[in-house]
Amino acid sequence: MKYLSNLSIPVFFAILFCLTSCKNERKLPIYGEREAKTIKNEDGTTKTDSIYQTIPDFKFLNQDSVLITNAKFKDKIYIADFFFTSCSSICPVMHRNLKSIYDNYKDNPDIMYLSHTIDFKYDKPSVLKKYAQKLGVGPQWQFVYGPKEEIYGIAEKNYLVAVMEDKNDKDGYVHQGWLVLIDKDRRIRGAYDGTNPESVAQLTKDIPVLLAEYKK
Amino acid sequence: MRKTFIAVLFFLTIASIIYSCQSAEKVEQDMYYTNGRDLYIKHCQNCHGAKGEGLGELAPPLTDTLYLKENKTRLACILKNGLSGTIKVAGKEFEGKMPDFNYLADIDIAQLIVYITNSSGNKQGMYKTEQVATDLKNCK
Repeated sequence: MKYLSNLSIPVFFAILFCLTSCKNERKLPIYGEREAKTIKNEDGTTKTDSIYQTIPDFKFLNQDSVLITNAKFKDKIYIADFFFTSCSSICPVMHRNLKSIYDNYKDNPDIMYLSHTIDFKYDKPSVLKKYAQKLGVGPQWQFVYGPKEEIYGIAEKNYLVAVMEDKNDKDGYVHQGWLVLIDKDRRIRGAYDGTNPESVAQLTKDIPVLLAEYKK
Repeated sequence: MRKTFIAVLFFLTIASIIYSCQSAEKVEQDMYYTNGRDLYIKHCQNCHGAKGEGLGELAPPLTDTLYLKENKTRLACILKNGLSGTIKVAGKEFEGKMPDFNYLADIDIAQLIVYITNSSGNKQGMYKTEQVATDLKNCK
Protein backbone atom coordinates (compact mmCIF):
# COMPACT_ATOMS: atom_id res chain seq x y z
CA MET A 1 0.00 0.00 0.00
CA LYS A 2 2.80 2.29 0.89
CA TYR A 3 4.39 1.45 -2.43
CA LEU A 4 1.21 2.36 -4.27
CA SER A 5 0.83 5.73 -2.59
CA ASN A 6 4.40 6.59 -3.49
CA LEU A 7 3.58 5.94 -7.08
CA SER A 8 0.22 7.65 -7.10
CA ILE A 9 1.59 11.19 -6.84
CA PRO A 10 3.67 11.11 -10.04
CA VAL A 11 0.88 9.28 -11.81
CA PHE A 12 -1.58 11.96 -10.73
CA PHE A 13 0.68 14.69 -12.09
CA ALA A 14 1.26 12.81 -15.29
CA ILE A 15 -2.48 12.54 -15.88
CA LEU A 16 -2.99 16.19 -14.97
CA PHE A 17 -0.25 17.20 -17.38
CA CYS A 18 -1.80 15.18 -20.17
CA LEU A 19 -5.22 16.65 -19.62
CA THR A 20 -4.02 20.24 -19.57
CA SER A 21 -1.76 19.81 -22.55
CA CYS A 22 -4.54 18.23 -24.55
CA LYS A 23 -6.76 21.23 -23.91
CA ASN A 24 -4.01 23.60 -24.94
CA GLU A 25 -4.48 23.27 -28.67
CA ARG A 26 -2.26 25.43 -30.81
CA LYS A 27 -4.15 28.10 -32.71
CA LEU A 28 -2.83 30.31 -35.45
CA PRO A 29 -2.84 34.05 -34.85
CA ILE A 30 -5.05 36.37 -36.88
CA TYR A 31 -3.08 39.04 -38.69
CA GLY A 32 -3.91 42.48 -39.98
CA GLU A 33 -5.71 45.45 -38.51
CA ARG A 34 -8.71 44.96 -36.30
CA GLU A 35 -11.30 47.18 -34.73
CA ALA A 36 -13.64 46.82 -31.81
CA LYS A 37 -17.28 47.10 -32.70
CA THR A 38 -20.18 47.42 -30.35
CA ILE A 39 -22.98 45.08 -31.17
CA LYS A 40 -26.49 45.30 -29.76
CA ASN A 41 -27.93 42.05 -28.56
CA GLU A 42 -31.62 41.25 -29.07
CA ASP A 43 -32.42 41.87 -25.44
CA GLY A 44 -31.06 45.41 -25.61
CA THR A 45 -27.72 44.78 -23.91
CA THR A 46 -24.55 45.52 -25.82
CA LYS A 47 -21.28 43.66 -26.28
CA THR A 48 -18.04 44.37 -28.10
CA ASP A 49 -16.75 42.22 -30.86
CA SER A 50 -13.52 42.51 -32.79
CA ILE A 51 -13.71 42.86 -36.53
CA TYR A 52 -10.69 41.43 -38.33
CA GLN A 53 -9.14 42.47 -41.59
CA THR A 54 -10.43 40.32 -44.41
CA ILE A 55 -9.66 39.83 -48.09
CA PRO A 56 -12.20 41.97 -49.99
CA ASP A 57 -14.29 40.85 -52.97
CA PHE A 58 -12.20 40.27 -56.04
CA LYS A 59 -12.80 39.32 -59.65
CA PHE A 60 -9.95 38.05 -61.83
CA LEU A 61 -9.50 36.01 -64.98
CA ASN A 62 -8.03 32.59 -64.28
CA GLN A 63 -5.86 30.31 -66.42
CA ASP A 64 -8.94 29.13 -68.32
CA SER A 65 -10.01 32.71 -69.08
CA VAL A 66 -12.91 32.31 -66.66
CA LEU A 67 -13.79 35.13 -64.28
CA ILE A 68 -13.37 33.85 -60.76
CA THR A 69 -14.37 35.53 -57.50
CA ASN A 70 -14.17 34.78 -53.80
CA ALA A 71 -16.95 32.25 -54.42
CA LYS A 72 -14.31 29.91 -55.82
CA PHE A 73 -12.66 29.85 -52.40
CA LYS A 74 -15.81 29.58 -50.32
CA ASP A 75 -15.35 27.13 -47.45
CA LYS A 76 -11.71 26.60 -48.40
CA ILE A 77 -8.51 27.67 -46.83
CA TYR A 78 -6.08 28.88 -49.44
CA ILE A 79 -2.51 29.97 -49.93
CA ALA A 80 -2.01 33.12 -51.99
CA ASP A 81 1.13 34.46 -53.61
CA PHE A 82 2.34 36.92 -56.24
CA PHE A 83 4.66 35.95 -59.09
CA PHE A 84 5.16 36.17 -62.84
CA THR A 85 5.94 33.43 -65.32
CA SER A 86 9.15 34.87 -66.77
CA CYS A 87 10.63 35.46 -63.31
CA SER A 88 14.00 33.84 -62.94
CA SER A 89 14.82 34.85 -59.38
CA ILE A 90 12.60 33.80 -56.49
CA CYS A 91 9.45 32.51 -58.21
CA PRO A 92 10.80 29.10 -59.24
CA VAL A 93 11.83 28.37 -55.65
CA MET A 94 8.53 29.60 -54.24
CA HIS A 95 6.57 27.42 -56.58
CA ARG A 96 8.87 24.45 -56.12
CA ASN A 97 8.17 24.66 -52.39
CA LEU A 98 4.46 25.33 -52.81
CA LYS A 99 4.22 22.44 -55.23
CA SER A 100 5.50 20.02 -52.59
CA ILE A 101 2.67 21.19 -50.32
CA TYR A 102 0.25 20.89 -53.24
CA ASP A 103 1.36 17.32 -53.84
CA ASN A 104 0.85 16.54 -50.14
CA TYR A 105 -2.73 17.82 -50.10
CA LYS A 106 -3.77 16.75 -53.58
CA ASP A 107 -6.69 14.74 -52.24
CA ASN A 108 -7.93 17.38 -49.83
CA PRO A 109 -10.55 19.62 -51.50
CA ASP A 110 -10.54 21.98 -48.49
CA ILE A 111 -7.27 23.59 -49.48
CA MET A 112 -6.55 25.66 -52.59
CA TYR A 113 -3.83 27.86 -54.04
CA LEU A 114 -4.09 31.26 -55.68
CA SER A 115 -1.16 32.73 -57.60
CA HIS A 116 -1.56 36.27 -58.92
CA THR A 117 0.65 37.37 -61.77
CA ILE A 118 2.12 40.85 -61.49
CA ASP A 119 3.19 40.87 -65.14
CA PHE A 120 0.03 42.44 -66.52
CA LYS A 121 1.66 42.95 -69.94
CA TYR A 122 2.71 39.43 -70.83
CA ASP A 123 1.07 36.90 -68.51
CA LYS A 124 -2.31 36.57 -70.22
CA PRO A 125 -4.48 33.58 -69.22
CA SER A 126 -3.07 31.41 -72.03
CA VAL A 127 0.46 31.98 -70.70
CA LEU A 128 -0.70 31.12 -67.19
CA LYS A 129 -2.36 27.96 -68.47
CA LYS A 130 0.85 26.82 -70.07
CA TYR A 131 2.78 27.60 -66.91
CA ALA A 132 0.33 25.59 -64.78
CA GLN A 133 0.62 22.63 -67.13
CA LYS A 134 4.37 22.73 -67.10
CA LEU A 135 4.46 23.01 -63.34
CA GLY A 136 2.17 20.01 -63.32
CA VAL A 137 -0.72 21.33 -61.23
CA GLY A 138 -4.49 21.07 -61.64
CA PRO A 139 -7.49 23.35 -60.97
CA GLN A 140 -6.96 23.22 -57.20
CA TRP A 141 -4.20 25.73 -57.91
CA GLN A 142 -5.63 28.82 -59.59
CA PHE A 143 -3.53 31.32 -61.52
CA VAL A 144 -5.10 34.72 -62.03
CA TYR A 145 -4.56 37.73 -64.20
CA GLY A 146 -5.98 41.20 -63.62
CA PRO A 147 -5.42 44.90 -64.27
CA LYS A 148 -2.32 46.35 -62.64
CA GLU A 149 -4.17 48.59 -60.13
CA GLU A 150 -6.33 45.75 -58.90
CA ILE A 151 -3.58 43.15 -58.51
CA TYR A 152 -1.05 45.56 -57.04
CA GLY A 153 -3.72 47.06 -54.79
CA ILE A 154 -4.93 43.76 -53.35
CA ALA A 155 -1.30 42.66 -52.89
CA GLU A 156 -0.24 45.62 -50.81
CA LYS A 157 -3.45 46.55 -49.00
CA ASN A 158 -4.97 43.16 -48.34
CA TYR A 159 -2.40 40.37 -48.60
CA LEU A 160 0.34 42.70 -47.31
CA VAL A 161 2.85 41.69 -49.99
CA ALA A 162 5.02 44.34 -51.63
CA VAL A 163 5.09 44.22 -55.45
CA MET A 164 6.30 46.72 -58.00
CA GLU A 165 7.58 47.33 -61.49
CA ASP A 166 11.29 47.98 -61.66
CA LYS A 167 12.89 49.09 -64.88
CA ASN A 168 16.35 48.46 -63.42
CA ASP A 169 15.70 44.83 -62.61
CA LYS A 170 16.64 42.25 -65.22
CA ASP A 171 13.18 40.71 -65.20
CA GLY A 172 11.32 44.03 -64.92
CA TYR A 173 9.41 43.32 -61.71
CA VAL A 174 10.28 43.01 -58.05
CA HIS A 175 8.15 41.37 -55.42
CA GLN A 176 8.27 39.64 -52.07
CA GLY A 177 8.04 35.88 -51.86
CA TRP A 178 5.39 35.52 -49.16
CA LEU A 179 3.02 32.60 -49.17
CA VAL A 180 -0.06 33.98 -47.40
CA LEU A 181 -2.35 31.58 -45.58
CA ILE A 182 -6.03 32.62 -45.69
CA ASP A 183 -8.74 30.93 -43.62
CA LYS A 184 -12.34 30.15 -44.55
CA ASP A 185 -13.42 33.52 -43.15
CA ARG A 186 -11.04 35.37 -45.49
CA ARG A 187 -8.67 36.31 -42.65
CA ILE A 188 -4.87 36.21 -42.85
CA ARG A 189 -3.57 33.48 -40.57
CA GLY A 190 0.06 33.36 -41.60
CA ALA A 191 2.70 34.57 -44.03
CA TYR A 192 5.66 32.41 -44.89
CA ASP A 193 8.76 33.17 -46.90
CA GLY A 194 8.36 30.86 -49.89
CA THR A 195 12.09 30.89 -50.57
CA ASN A 196 13.11 29.77 -47.09
CA PRO A 197 12.86 26.00 -46.44
CA GLU A 198 12.39 26.48 -42.67
CA SER A 199 9.57 28.93 -43.21
CA VAL A 200 7.89 26.59 -45.67
CA ALA A 201 8.26 23.74 -43.16
CA GLN A 202 6.38 25.92 -40.65
CA LEU A 203 3.60 26.42 -43.22
CA THR A 204 3.42 22.65 -43.66
CA LYS A 205 2.91 22.34 -39.90
CA ASP A 206 0.38 25.18 -39.70
CA ILE A 207 -2.00 23.92 -42.41
CA PRO A 208 -3.33 20.99 -40.33
CA VAL A 209 -3.71 23.33 -37.34
CA LEU A 210 -5.88 25.68 -39.38
CA LEU A 211 -7.86 22.82 -40.90
CA ALA A 212 -8.50 21.43 -37.41
CA GLU A 213 -10.19 24.69 -36.38
CA TYR A 214 -13.03 23.93 -38.75
CA LYS A 215 -13.41 20.27 -37.81
CA LYS A 216 -16.00 20.63 -35.10
CA MET B 1 69.25 -6.87 -49.38
CA ARG B 2 70.56 -3.44 -50.07
CA LYS B 3 69.62 -3.77 -53.71
CA THR B 4 66.02 -4.55 -52.86
CA PHE B 5 65.91 -1.63 -50.49
CA ILE B 6 67.10 0.78 -53.17
CA ALA B 7 64.71 -0.72 -55.68
CA VAL B 8 61.77 -0.28 -53.32
CA LEU B 9 62.81 3.27 -52.53
CA PHE B 10 63.15 4.06 -56.22
CA PHE B 11 59.76 2.61 -56.95
CA LEU B 12 58.17 4.56 -54.12
CA THR B 13 59.70 7.82 -55.32
CA ILE B 14 58.42 7.33 -58.85
CA ALA B 15 55.01 6.34 -57.56
CA SER B 16 54.75 9.38 -55.33
CA ILE B 17 55.81 11.68 -58.19
CA ILE B 18 53.09 10.29 -60.42
CA TYR B 19 50.59 10.40 -57.59
CA SER B 20 51.34 14.00 -56.70
CA CYS B 21 51.09 15.04 -60.36
CA GLN B 22 47.64 13.56 -60.57
CA SER B 23 46.57 15.12 -57.33
CA ALA B 24 47.70 18.56 -58.49
CA GLU B 25 45.29 18.19 -61.38
CA LYS B 26 42.69 16.80 -59.07
CA VAL B 27 43.19 19.73 -56.71
CA GLU B 28 42.53 22.16 -59.54
CA GLN B 29 39.41 20.31 -60.54
CA ASP B 30 38.20 20.23 -56.95
CA MET B 31 38.78 23.96 -56.72
CA TYR B 32 36.73 24.53 -59.87
CA TYR B 33 34.06 22.21 -58.52
CA THR B 34 33.77 24.01 -55.18
CA ASN B 35 33.64 27.47 -56.74
CA GLY B 36 31.24 26.14 -59.34
CA ARG B 37 28.95 24.94 -56.60
CA ASP B 38 28.77 28.45 -55.09
CA LEU B 39 27.99 29.89 -58.52
CA TYR B 40 25.41 27.19 -59.11
CA ILE B 41 23.60 28.01 -55.86
CA LYS B 42 23.60 31.68 -56.80
CA HIS B 43 22.59 31.52 -60.46
CA CYS B 44 21.11 28.13 -61.29
CA GLN B 45 19.59 26.43 -58.28
CA ASN B 46 16.37 28.48 -58.33
CA CYS B 47 15.19 26.74 -61.46
CA HIS B 48 17.29 23.59 -61.73
CA GLY B 49 17.06 22.61 -58.06
CA ALA B 50 19.52 21.76 -55.31
CA LYS B 51 20.05 18.27 -56.70
CA GLY B 52 19.78 19.23 -60.36
CA GLU B 53 16.31 17.71 -60.43
CA GLY B 54 14.77 20.51 -62.54
CA LEU B 55 11.27 21.89 -62.03
CA GLY B 56 8.33 20.11 -63.65
CA GLU B 57 8.42 20.86 -67.34
CA LEU B 58 9.55 24.42 -66.68
CA ALA B 59 13.24 23.68 -66.15
CA PRO B 60 15.01 20.54 -67.36
CA PRO B 61 16.96 18.35 -64.93
CA LEU B 62 20.76 18.29 -65.09
CA THR B 63 20.93 14.57 -64.50
CA ASP B 64 20.86 13.56 -68.16
CA THR B 65 24.52 12.60 -68.49
CA LEU B 66 24.21 11.75 -72.16
CA TYR B 67 22.76 15.16 -73.04
CA LEU B 68 25.55 16.92 -71.15
CA LYS B 69 28.17 14.79 -72.84
CA GLU B 70 26.83 15.30 -76.35
CA ASN B 71 26.43 19.02 -75.83
CA LYS B 72 29.51 19.63 -73.75
CA THR B 73 31.00 22.13 -76.22
CA ARG B 74 27.66 23.98 -76.31
CA LEU B 75 27.31 24.39 -72.55
CA ALA B 76 29.39 27.56 -72.47
CA CYS B 77 27.16 29.13 -75.16
CA ILE B 78 23.99 28.14 -73.29
CA LEU B 79 25.23 29.71 -70.06
CA LYS B 80 26.47 32.86 -71.73
CA ASN B 81 23.61 33.47 -74.19
CA GLY B 82 20.67 31.64 -72.69
CA LEU B 83 18.56 29.16 -74.60
CA SER B 84 15.20 29.22 -76.31
CA GLY B 85 13.30 26.73 -78.39
CA THR B 86 12.67 23.09 -77.73
CA ILE B 87 15.20 20.64 -76.36
CA LYS B 88 14.86 17.01 -75.37
CA VAL B 89 16.34 16.10 -72.01
CA ALA B 90 15.92 12.83 -70.15
CA GLY B 91 13.26 11.71 -72.60
CA LYS B 92 11.05 14.75 -72.11
CA GLU B 93 10.63 17.80 -74.30
CA PHE B 94 11.28 21.20 -72.78
CA GLU B 95 10.05 24.28 -74.52
CA GLY B 96 10.64 27.75 -73.25
CA LYS B 97 13.40 30.13 -72.40
CA MET B 98 16.44 30.05 -70.19
CA PRO B 99 17.76 33.53 -69.37
CA ASP B 100 21.29 34.52 -70.40
CA PHE B 101 24.11 35.00 -67.93
CA ASN B 102 26.26 37.18 -70.14
CA TYR B 103 27.90 38.88 -67.17
CA LEU B 104 29.71 35.66 -66.20
CA ALA B 105 33.47 35.62 -66.82
CA ASP B 106 35.09 32.72 -68.67
CA ILE B 107 36.47 31.27 -65.46
CA ASP B 108 33.01 31.35 -63.84
CA ILE B 109 31.58 29.51 -66.81
CA ALA B 110 34.34 26.90 -66.65
CA GLN B 111 33.77 26.39 -62.92
CA LEU B 112 30.03 26.03 -63.45
CA ILE B 113 30.56 23.48 -66.20
CA VAL B 114 32.92 21.47 -63.98
CA TYR B 115 30.37 21.51 -61.20
CA ILE B 116 27.39 20.62 -63.40
CA THR B 117 29.18 17.83 -65.26
CA ASN B 118 30.55 16.31 -62.05
CA SER B 119 27.52 16.50 -59.75
CA SER B 120 24.01 15.06 -59.81
CA GLY B 121 25.30 11.68 -60.90
CA ASN B 122 27.64 13.04 -63.60
CA LYS B 123 31.35 12.39 -63.64
CA GLN B 124 32.94 13.97 -66.67
CA GLY B 125 36.16 15.40 -65.29
CA MET B 126 37.90 18.70 -65.88
CA TYR B 127 36.88 21.54 -68.20
CA LYS B 128 39.47 24.28 -68.47
CA THR B 129 38.97 28.03 -68.64
CA GLU B 130 40.77 28.26 -72.01
CA GLN B 131 38.17 25.89 -73.45
CA VAL B 132 35.44 28.47 -72.78
CA ALA B 133 36.86 30.99 -75.26
CA THR B 134 37.16 28.30 -77.93
CA ASP B 135 33.63 27.05 -77.36
CA LEU B 136 32.16 30.56 -77.31
CA LYS B 137 33.61 31.25 -80.74
CA ASN B 138 31.55 28.41 -82.15
CA CYS B 139 28.21 29.46 -80.69
CA LYS B 140 25.36 29.15 -83.13
